[in-house]
Amino acid sequence: MLSEQEKKEIEAVAGHYPIKKAAGIEALKIVQKHRRWISDEVLGHVADALEMSPTDLDGVATFYNFIFRRPVGRHVILVCNSVSCWIMGYDTILSYLEDRLGIGLGETTGDGRFTLLPNVCLGACDRAPVMMIDDQLYGDLDAEKIDKILASYD
Amino acid sequence: MEQPLTQNIRPDGTPLNLAEYEKAGGYQGLRKALTQLSPEAVIHLIMEANLRGRGGAGFPTGSKWSFVPVGDDVPQPKYLVINADEMEPATFKDRLLMEGDPHQLVEGIIIATYAVQAGIAYIFLRRAYVTAHRKLKTAIDEAYANGYLGRNILGSGFNMELYLHTSAGRYICGEETALLNALEGKRAIPRSKPPFPPVVGLWGKPTAFNNVETICNVPHIIDRGPVWFRNLSRVSDGGTKIYGVSGKVRRPGVWELPMGVTVREILEEHAGGMQDGLTLRAFLPGGASTDMLTPEHLDVPMDFNSMQEAGSRLGTGTILVIDDRTCIVGLLGNLMHFFAQESCGWCTPCREGLAWAAKILSAMEQGRGKPEDIDHLRLHTRLITLGRTFCALAPGAMEPLQSALKYFEDDFKRHIHEKRCPWRDL
Repeated sequence: MLSEQEKKEIEAVAGHYPIKKAAGIEALKIVQKHRRWISDEVLGHVADALEMSPTDLDGVATFYNFIFRRPVGRHVILVCNSVSCWIMGYDTILSYLEDRLGIGLGETTGDGRFTLLPNVCLGACDRAPVMMIDDQLYGDLDAEKIDKILASYD
Repeated sequence: MEQPLTQNIRPDGTPLNLAEYEKAGGYQGLRKALTQLSPEAVIHLIMEANLRGRGGAGFPTGSKWSFVPVGDDVPQPKYLVINADEMEPATFKDRLLMEGDPHQLVEGIIIATYAVQAGIAYIFLRRAYVTAHRKLKTAIDEAYANGYLGRNILGSGFNMELYLHTSAGRYICGEETALLNALEGKRAIPRSKPPFPPVVGLWGKPTAFNNVETICNVPHIIDRGPVWFRNLSRVSDGGTKIYGVSGKVRRPGVWELPMGVTVREILEEHAGGMQDGLTLRAFLPGGASTDMLTPEHLDVPMDFNSMQEAGSRLGTGTILVIDDRTCIVGLLGNLMHFFAQESCGWCTPCREGLAWAAKILSAMEQGRGKPEDIDHLRLHTRLITLGRTFCALAPGAMEPLQSALKYFEDDFKRHIHEKRCPWRDL
């Protein structure tokens, strides 16, 4: 079941659109904020709340890369792999992150702390190479900086 | 040098709140539009100012607005959609405007909504712009609380709602009709055109579209007039432009400069030239989907027409610098991987063609290139063109490839003959 809080937030955002279904992406993001990822069961509840079929909603959920249909760690690292960061050392940054965390792209650390994902241009090319962890952007990355950043997450 | 778009942006990035924005002259353009000008008169001023769309295509904004039908028999509500999905690789200009001066965008949106006589406006913001979201939300709340949004704005009888919609990723959302589907809560797949969005757009209603930077110009044009605006520019297109530079230059960044400054001025005076020991080999003038140009084009003005005459496009005006130690085949491989991944998969040339081009480039970079690959890549650039695809994504992906084949064919040949990337250990 969706929590009262989730229902309340979905209701509020649904008012921005002429039909309920249009709030699908927003609703999935609201639920994901509370549960970190969207399980089949939860997807069904959100579909019910928006009066649409789960298949329809899953078509939407699987299209957008910020909707997670598999479990993720407590923090999601998004490493920019687009062209400016590629020129400025994406390969080195990625290898360093993979070594430090002991995981590859698409994987989650054994302690459930971090999930590592590639991401397209984060729009901070003057600070390349960049990454985001959850909602925080980090630029001008190097090994030393990455160590400090990772240490600040529980 | 006047810099109307960035004049309020503070070095620490804290935006002006509503009272500070008003004190700096903000909302005067809106007041003038709503109390002294008809919607037609607003459109006329924008036309006279020669404001061209800053999202990349450069379509005249006033004409665009004039395509939105008016009259009692037009389906209501009409919509205005602001494309704040800035996802073109190497582009980072709208972020500056949204984070630095959100009220400027809100004011521009209200005037634009009035001009096309729409009732509802949406800002379609990319998910990754978390700071921009927070600042825009505060600005919108302040605008509602002070009577700039909602019912009977400034006592003019004009009503509108403004909603901030945050997306959930995918580059294709920047394509107008894909964005419409995304806003309607569907998969972001482009629609067949015609009909065009000004007539049949969001939920079938007339819908105007504008980029963030374009709309930020609007309050200034209304407040200070089209002649002043045209005089900001060195060329016939009006206004200033937010230019940017990324890559291995001394000072990457974004700057508001007169429209039509040369590439050289931007790279040398503002970005500080190349990093020590590196030479400029090529650049993409306005994002990942613009044709590559070379040092011989350094004195070309960065405006829509001049860039087109030089064989490229102004695009978003944020320059990606390619130095002599960066492998151009590898760079194209990165770009093509991006475009192939971000294809929505709806039409065949894009879904299949981009994936093949990406595979060929990746194999070449890894020393597995074949002599016939160059012809295959050329064939892709000839076949994947506007008119054969639903939208501009795949033709855009061909622009850096076709220009690289034109200027740097030897780089491709060297990869194939040497069976390795000659730049790998530089």
